[in-house]
Amino acid sequence: MWIAQLPPFIPFFIAAFLVTILPSKSRYAMLLVPIWGGLNLFFTGQEGSWITYSVMEFELQLMKVDRLSLMFGYLFHIAALIALTYSLHVKDKLQQVAGMLYAGSALGAAFAGDLLTLFIFWELLALTSVWLIWARRTEKATKAGMRYLIFQVLSGVLLLAGTLAHYHQTGSLAFEYIGLESTASWLIFIALGIKCGFPFLHTWLTDAYPEATPTGTVFLSAFTTKIAIFALARMFPGTELLVYIGAAMTCFPIFYAVIENDLRKVLAYSLINQLGFMVCGIGIGTALALNGAVAHAFNDVIFKGLLFMTMGAVLHRVGHVNGSNLGGLYKTMPKTTVFCIVGAASISAFPLFSGFVSKSMVMAAMIEAGHDYLWLMLLFASAGVFHHAGIKIPFFAFFAHDSGLRPKEAPTNMLAAMFIASVLCIFIGSYPDLMYSLLPWENSYVPYDITHTLTQLQLLFFSALAFVWLNKKGLYPPELRSVNLDMEWFYRKLLPQTAFKVRQLASRTNGAVQAGFVTVVSNLPVIKESSTYSAANLTKRMAGVLAILLLVTYLGKSI
Amino acid sequence: MSENKPVADQTPDENTFFDKPRNVDIILKVFYVICALLVVFDFVVHRHIYVSFEEIPAFYAIYGFVACVVLVVLAKLMRKVLMRDETYYDPEESEDGKA
Repeated sequence: MWIAQLPPFIPFFIAAFLVTILPSKSRYAMLLVPIWGGLNLFFTGQEGSWITYSVMEFELQLMKVDRLSLMFGYLFHIAALIALTYSLHVKDKLQQVAGMLYAGSALGAAFAGDLLTLFIFWELLALTSVWLIWARRTEKATKAGMRYLIFQVLSGVLLLAGTLAHYHQTGSLAFEYIGLESTASWLIFIALGIKCGFPFLHTWLTDAYPEATPTGTVFLSAFTTKIAIFALARMFPGTELLVYIGAAMTCFPIFYAVIENDLRKVLAYSLINQLGFMVCGIGIGTALALNGAVAHAFNDVIFKGLLFMTMGAVLHRVGHVNGSNLGGLYKTMPKTTVFCIVGAASISAFPLFSGFVSKSMVMAAMIEAGHDYLWLMLLFASAGVFHHAGIKIPFFAFFAHDSGLRPKEAPTNMLAAMFIASVLCIFIGSYPDLMYSLLPWENSYVPYDITHTLTQLQLLFFSALAFVWLNKKGLYPPELRSVNLDMEWFYRKLLPQTAFKVRQLASRTNGAVQAGFVTVVSNLPVIKESSTYSAANLTKRMAGVLAILLLVTYLGKSI
Repeated sequence: MSENKPVADQTPDENTFFDKPRNVDIILKVFYVICALLVVFDFVVHRHIYVSFEEIPAFYAIYGFVACVVLVVLAKLMRKVLMRDETYYDPEESEDGKA
């Protein structure tokens, strides 16, 4: 029944292969893979166990188990189960195979024992996930997927370069604490930073996630960024710089989220904002902070997945998720509406919902570490999250003005997946002890006390009050169909435009030079055939040549 | 994927709960009362102070409200600088460069 010491990615890879040869109906059986795999891990996964394999001179560890990898192992099985359930109606084999391989790669990375193994799965994550974007089969998605792939591969190249340099310096490939000291560690740091959506490196996420298929985004939101968080927690805990990066990540995306119209893009921005809390926790590096980061990653996969699922359901039924053209959907999609509200309450950290029990750990650790002003930033971001993800998403999609759209309720399998995620959100939020007992570091934290509950409720209710007030006053920015410039402007507009201008300039210069040449040539005196070979001319030329030769000889001697 | 086109007139259910302004009014009133109660609680319940800012009465309520207003006002200003047409990135070489 159970197989000890089985690297968890293997069942997923085998299943992906089987999907390609079995009839399409086999996708229902694929649900068993994450269920069995998760249970197998739960019963047989023992800390300290590992499997090694040899490549050339290297002894690589395919499976290293500790509490951190186990936590992410469980999480990825749950995420895979939810995402697979959500995409049961999809008959597209490309997406089924890509989804399986992608989830498997994430598990491979979570249990990697050394940096080379991590690199292999790091690249597999990129190569398998991009198909979930391309499977949308639109021109926009194809291009966004290509940009996504370039970023991901760049991250992989940096990771490999950093790994090799690190090996050269230390002789170790161990996937453990590295810290920011050498050039090698900086390379690895930036590689993780790309996948993690650090400011200025984040645009692949907001660019590609809204372009993926409705089901693909649910997969995407779960794995890539969380593997980056996992790797950061392992290699760079307590790196002070991360606190500042994280605080920036919590704040800047919420401004974009407020004015963005594509609701899946709003969620992509809010994903970066949530990653910011985790990055802060890793940067502080105390047991409480690291536990908070991991717990928040755990919860975020579920509630962000839930929100992406509800928007995916709308996209599936309506064909777009533009806030400007939605509204009133609660009338015909009541269940999706309820699930969306559960997700919104969780991400906003309402008491009794999952975000509350994990985000507060990071906030508490922030105070303990004495970062008072950064804590204010995080508090600002917390209020902002509620504003854009907690209110804006459900309000503009399901309520607001009646758009006249009357789509059918989401398909049953989608509802089932959203139901599982919703139950988990409420369960973890109400009984956090089970999740706390799985956390990697030794620490006790009590999320529910009067102070914390009251202050959080005040923060959220008055954020909501601000929303109501702004709406009544007509100050709330209307949803507009638009593009908002972000860092991607540099490579989507400036770079191509510069290249275009350079090309234009080059062709113009080229044209001018050619034209000039032509005029020069045409203006040359036409030498009459008859005179060219006349004796007088020849004599003149010979005399000229003689004079030059004499001059050259004279100069040569005098030097 | 997008088969279900909007059918605008298929609505015999115009009288759902949120369509009645009276219901919305009631919800909002309840909401205001909760907000007021939360502020009152702030003076009744003794909450722990960890950071100096928290000594301000009803700090979280004020901060939450101000934060969101600031957020929205700044975001609206950002629109003036950053907002472009929806097709901004779309066309390949049809930009003004050809003039």
